[in-house]
Amino acid sequence: MPETILEVRELKKWFAVKRSLSQVMQGERTWVKALDGVTFSVEKGEIFGLVGESGCGKTTTGKLIMKLLEPTEGKIVFQGKDATHLKAGELARYRGQVQMIFQDPYASMNPRFRIRDVLMEPLVIHKVGESGAERMAWAEHALEAVRLIPPEEFLERFPHMLSGGQRQRAATARTLMLSPRLIVADEPVSMIDLSTRAEILHTMKGLQKELGLTYLYITHDLSTARYFTNRLAVMYLGKIAEMGVADDVVDGPLHPYTKALIAAVCEPVSGKVGVMKEVPIKGEIPAATNIPPGCRFHPRCLYAQAPCWEEEEPALEEVTPGHLVACRLWKEIASGAARPT
Amino acid sequence: MDRLLEIKDLELHYFTSKGVVRAVDKLSFQLNRGETLGVVGESGCGKTTVATALLNMPTPPGRIVGGEILLDGMNILALSEMETRRKVRWEKISIVFQGAMNCLTPVYTIGRQMMETLQQHREMTKGEAQARIQKYTSLVGLPDHVLKRYPHELSGGMKQRVVIATALFLEPAVVICDEPTTALDVVVQAQIINLLKELKQRLRLSFLFITHDLAIEAEVADRIMVMYAGRAAEIGTNEQIYGVQGPTHPYTQKLLGATPRLHERVEELAFIPGTPPDLVDPPGGCRFHPRCSVAMARCSQDEVPLREIEPEHLVACWRAFHA
Repeated sequence: MPETILEVRELKKWFAVKRSLSQVMQGERTWVKALDGVTFSVEKGEIFGLVGESGCGKTTTGKLIMKLLEPTEGKIVFQGKDATHLKAGELARYRGQVQMIFQDPYASMNPRFRIRDVLMEPLVIHKVGESGAERMAWAEHALEAVRLIPPEEFLERFPHMLSGGQRQRAATARTLMLSPRLIVADEPVSMIDLSTRAEILHTMKGLQKELGLTYLYITHDLSTARYFTNRLAVMYLGKIAEMGVADDVVDGPLHPYTKALIAAVCEPVSGKVGVMKEVPIKGEIPAATNIPPGCRFHPRCLYAQAPCWEEEEPALEEVTPGHLVACRLWKEIASGAARPT
Repeated sequence: MDRLLEIKDLELHYFTSKGVVRAVDKLSFQLNRGETLGVVGESGCGKTTVATALLNMPTPPGRIVGGEILLDGMNILALSEMETRRKVRWEKISIVFQGAMNCLTPVYTIGRQMMETLQQHREMTKGEAQARIQKYTSLVGLPDHVLKRYPHELSGGMKQRVVIATALFLEPAVVICDEPTTALDVVVQAQIINLLKELKQRLRLSFLFITHDLAIEAEVADRIMVMYAGRAAEIGTNEQIYGVQGPTHPYTQKLLGATPRLHERVEELAFIPGTPPDLVDPPGGCRFHPRCSVAMARCSQDEVPLREIEPEHLVACWRAFHA
């Protein structure tokens, strides 16, 4: 039985929109429903992906799990313990176990710190290690783990002296310093050149095997998600549309939104210049202040019928073991009974 | 083939405090009428620098130090700044900049910004300008009410359409697109790609499509130029680069191997070890040889020329010549 390391239940994050005086007087309130009830669990040692377009709530989920934001509602359970609200001391311990790799390696490191200071700072803050020499040895070890070799050469450098790929690996080394159990990686390769992207993902995968790490991989890019993750959840407007083993979702998508996302991806093969790309979706993503009633995808869905907007929002339904979809028409769409309009 | 633009031995250097950066170094290529030429490469390979050179608008401290850019046979580098503005820039060659959505001014409505562009270049009555603006906004699939909106009221995809429409106003022959879809979501990206395809067919435009993403290039480009360290490594047709046979230059092969494919489960993606060279002091011989897994003795010694190995297919690789 695989062990669950992280569980997220009905997690919500609503941001209040600034109000004008008249709105305050009339008691009106509007909310940006960045995250509107998300439930999933991550098993120990797996790579779980959150995939979606901008504004779908994937980064908000990452920030909530990192405890950089407080949830409006819902629960976060980490290693069997409730981690929804933590006191200062508990939070420090939690952060030692859950670490984050940020998108922009140019902004995530103090430019005045040498790499050794960048790496040793978490140890100093968490009062880990007996002496400077011991901490330094760990820093060297972490650099070796992310293949910044020889480590002595990189320890004394400043971030600006490294390339983007090297920086992102140094940032990965920093997350390793406190021997975390879970790493939240928010678009770790989207700013890295294509030629070195695979190298970073490869290093991260190697660490997962060596150290038994678990990753929550947040991305907009389905292609790298398929390559890198074991399971993934496709998010739309603050909710999960479909979730399952990466191969199942990509090869046999059930939700119309997942189908559209897959159709929109460009593949490096010949013979497509003369033909238009057909993406089965209409309109644009609505604002998160004004979420459509019923199924929130219905205004953009080619299959939508009256129940989709008249009835309650469909919940995630398990279709095959581990493959879940939130669409009341999935059966009709799969069998061809429902036709796109 | 109807040759529209011919670039010969173009050299653009940046004169920095660290030395002379040879960002574009003896680069030659052509653009035909009605085709899309894709330009791909890693960051720092000189692809955006080429775009600035085509408008004769190098970013300081850059300077064009050699070569010719022939537009219908006229060398635009020999023109004065005034002539360039009157005859070339935006008139014949326009550009959709990277992150173009952010170059709209936030304080004017879309319609007013568009009007300004037209009135700077053309003696037109307000009515004529209005008509032209409407023609192009509907051509890029924007509703009329967009003209009354401010940029912050539009989505990223709509802003990108506004910028594309603006680039078309003066009916140029060439439109340079520098990473036009990078900041957009995949679904919007697909819509913009379709729009560019449609415009190419309807208006018989030529595009220079610059991106780091080989997968997008496969979708839009009739021919592809792969750049490495300020030079062309390989130029070929879509079929020659993406066909079953695969590309010829080891760099293109590696780059393609590093591009993840959605519909193929791979255990391991390839990557290219090392980093692109410092262009102040690039390596001798073939510039790619320090990162090349099939380099031979000759590769580190002799400069490698760009040679035609089959019709329309040019490669700069000693190994390809020997094969």
